[in-house]
Amino acid sequence: MTPETHTGLDSPTGVWWKPAHRSEKLWVGIAFGWCIVLFAMMPLWHLKGGQNPSGIRRRTDPSAYFKRTQEFIRQYKVGDDRGLPIVEPPPGADVYLAGMTFQWTPILRLRQGAEYTLHISSLDVNHGFSLFPVNVNFQVVPGYDYGLRVTPTAAGDFRIICNEFCGIGHHTMVGRVIVLDSAGREIARSGEVR
Amino acid sequence: MSAISASQALPPVTPEGFRLCPVTGKRIHLAADQLVKANAVVSVVALLIGAIAAILLVLTRWQAVHLLPAEWFYRVLTAHGLSMLIFFIIFFEMAVLHFTSTALINARVAAPKLSWAAFGLMTAGALLTEVIVWSGKADVLFTSYVPLRAHPLYYLGIILFAVGALIVTGVFFANLVVAKREHTYEGSLPLVVYGALTANIIAVITLLHGAAIYIPTFLWSLGLMNVDPEVYRLIWWALGHSSQQINVAAMVAIWYLLGALTVGAVVLNEKISRLAFVLYILFISMASAHHLLVDPGMGPAWKVVNTSYFMYMAVLASMIHGFTVPAGMELGQRLRGVGSGLFGWLRRAPWGDPGFSSLVFSVVVFGFVGGITGVTIGTEQINIIVHNTLRSPGHFHATVVSGTAMAFMGATYYLIPLVFRKKVALWGFARVQPYMFAGGMLFFTIFMTFAGSFGVPRRHWDISFSQAPFDVQFNPAVDLILAIMALGGLTAATAALGFVAVAVKSVFFGEPLGAITEGVEMRGVPRGITHPPRHAANVDELNAALHAPGRGIMGPAPGTLVLVFVFLAAFMLYFFVNWKVLSFVWKIG
Repeated sequence: MTPETHTGLDSPTGVWWKPAHRSEKLWVGIAFGWCIVLFAMMPLWHLKGGQNPSGIRRRTDPSAYFKRTQEFIRQYKVGDDRGLPIVEPPPGADVYLAGMTFQWTPILRLRQGAEYTLHISSLDVNHGFSLFPVNVNFQVVPGYDYGLRVTPTAAGDFRIICNEFCGIGHHTMVGRVIVLDSAGREIARSGEVR
Repeated sequence: MSAISASQALPPVTPEGFRLCPVTGKRIHLAADQLVKANAVVSVVALLIGAIAAILLVLTRWQAVHLLPAEWFYRVLTAHGLSMLIFFIIFFEMAVLHFTSTALINARVAAPKLSWAAFGLMTAGALLTEVIVWSGKADVLFTSYVPLRAHPLYYLGIILFAVGALIVTGVFFANLVVAKREHTYEGSLPLVVYGALTANIIAVITLLHGAAIYIPTFLWSLGLMNVDPEVYRLIWWALGHSSQQINVAAMVAIWYLLGALTVGAVVLNEKISRLAFVLYILFISMASAHHLLVDPGMGPAWKVVNTSYFMYMAVLASMIHGFTVPAGMELGQRLRGVGSGLFGWLRRAPWGDPGFSSLVFSVVVFGFVGGITGVTIGTEQINIIVHNTLRSPGHFHATVVSGTAMAFMGATYYLIPLVFRKKVALWGFARVQPYMFAGGMLFFTIFMTFAGSFGVPRRHWDISFSQAPFDVQFNPAVDLILAIMALGGLTAATAALGFVAVAVKSVFFGEPLGAITEGVEMRGVPRGITHPPRHAANVDELNAALHAPGRGIMGPAPGTLVLVFVFLAAFMLYFFVNWKVLSFVWKIG
C-alpha cells in the first residue's frame, strides 16, 4: 500500500481505492458505533422513558375544534380570570386547549399526579405551546389535533408561552395552567399554599 | 510531489480566453473569473444587509436595550434570515460552484451566457424579495409558515432566485462533463471538486423541494389553491434544512481547499473521504424531520427514522470529515517537517494567516458546538425541551455562521489574491478578523443556548411580557445571559462588517497583487501564497515512516486521534446530560 501524498486540489490518478490506515478505520468504527447508540436511545425511550411526543394525532377542522373546546369549557367551568374561563376537568379527562391570535383558552386547572389527554390545536395560524417554567414545547398546527397524555409531576401556577411567531401580537400570547397539589390545594408561584 | 502541484494536465500553452494562475499553476477561464467575482460581490452585499439586521436584532433581544419596536423586530428578523441564510450563503455557493468546476480542473465555463442569465435571475429575485420585506409586506419571518400570508411578489422573488440557482447547478454538471470530454485533467476529480459536486447534487434535490412548496404557496397567496399548514412545514423544511446540507458539503469542500492552501494538507484516504460525501447525498435530505419532531402531523416511527438520517449516517459522514480534515492537516505539516510531538504541527501552524485561523475555528466550532448540539436537540424526545426555544438558533448559528460563513470568509482571503488578483486590504485587521468573529460567535451561540435551556423563546420581541395578560418571570440569570449573548453577537456582527469592509476595499479600491517572490512576506497576501506549503523533498520516505506498522494504532496523525476522542467525550456528556434533564419534566406520551 502506498499512502497518498497529494492534496484535495490534485486529481488523484490511477486507483485510489486503497485500504485506510488502522487509525482511520478505528475512528470510523467508533463513530459508527456511537451513531447506533444515538439511534437506539430513541426507541429505548419509547419503551422505558416517560417523555415521548407520540400522542394521538388526527386531522380536525378549526371550527369543529373550537366547538369541541366550547363544549369542554361549558362542561367543567369553575370560574374566570381576566375574562378567560377557568376549567377543572376530572383526572383522566380529555382536555381541550385552543390557541388563537393572541390567546390560549381556557385556563386549565389540573391535579398533580393525575393523567389527562391534553388536546392542542390552533384556530388560525401556527402557534407554539411552551409550558413555563417546565420548558415543554409542542408545535400547534391549525387543522391538526395533537392529543398528548400528560401527567403534571409538580403543583404550581404555570404559563403557556406562544413560541411560534403568529403575528404582530405574538409576544402578548400567554396562557395559564394551574396544577393543584395531590391534596387539592393551589400553590402560588412563590411555592406557598393558597 | 509538492502540495500544490503545477504539473497536472497543464496544456503547454494558455489558450485564448484563459489566464495562468501564478500560484496554483492551473489555467483559469476568464469567464469563470468574472462569474466568481460577480457572485462573490453580491454575496458580500447580502452579508452587509444581514449583519446590520443582526446588530438591530441583538440590541432588541438584549432586554435592557430593547431597541426596535415589535413590528420592526419581526420585519428585520425576516430580512436577517433571508439575507444571510439564502442570499449571502447561496450567492457565495454559486461562486464556489463556478470556481471548483472550472479553475481547479483547468476547465472552461460550458455556458457563460446561461450562467449570466442565472445570475441576473437570482439578483432580480433577491432584490424583489428584499424590497417586499423591507416595505413591510411580508412580516412572516423567513419560514413564512402558511397560513401567515405575505405579498405574492415575496414568493415570486424567491422562486426567481431559486430558478437561477437551479440553472447554475446545471451549468456545474455541464462544466464537469465538458472538462472530462476535453481532457483538461487526468485521473479523477480532485477531492475539493468532488465535495462541491456533492453540494451541487444536494442543491438540485433541495431546489426541487423549493419549487414544490413555493410555487403552490405563490398560487395560494393569489387565492388560487389551498396549502395544508402541516404539509407546508414538511416540504418547506425539505428545502430549509436540506439547504443547510448544501452549506455543510460546500463548507467541508472549503475545509479541504484551505487545508491544502495553508498547510499543504493531504488527503488521508480518498476512498474514506469520498464515501463520507456520498453518505451526505444519500441521507441528508431526511433532515426536514428535525423541525417536525413535536408536530402533530407525523408518528414516532417516521420521526425516529428521519430525524436520525436513517441511523445517523449523515452524522457519521461529518464525524469522518471531522477526523480526516484535521488529520490531513497534521500529516501535511509533518510531511513538510513542521512540528514534532503530538501537537507541534498545530503550535507551529500559520496562525497569522486568516485563511488558516478561519479554517481551524470553522472546524472546531462547527464540530464542538454546532454538531454536538445539533444531533442532541434533533433527537426525537429531547426536542421536547428545545423546540422553538433559543437553543435552536443557538445551535444553527454555530453551524451555519461559525462553520459555513467562517469557512467562506477564510476562502475569501484567498479568493481576493487568487481570483480578483488584489492584495487583501486592511491587512492588520484581516489577520485578527477570524479571532474576533469566532470569539464573538462562540459567546453568542453558547449563551443563546443557555437562555434557551431556561425556556426563553426564539423569535420573540419581549420576554418581559409587559403587555401579556399573565406575568412571566424568567430566572434573573436570564437577563445576564441575554446581555452576554448580545455582546457576543455585537462582536461577531462587527467582525462581519469589518470583513465586508476588507472585501469591498480590496476588490474595488485594492492594490493589484503584483509579482510574488516565494519566501518573502508581503503585506496583504496570505502566507499560503507567499510561502506555498511544499512538502519536504523526501516526502515519500517521511510518509512511509509515518505509516509504518511500528507506529501502532496512533498512525500518521496521532494528535488528531487524541483530539477526536476529546470530541467524542464531550459529545457523550452533552447527549446524556440532556436525557437526564428531559427525565425531570412532566410525564408525556
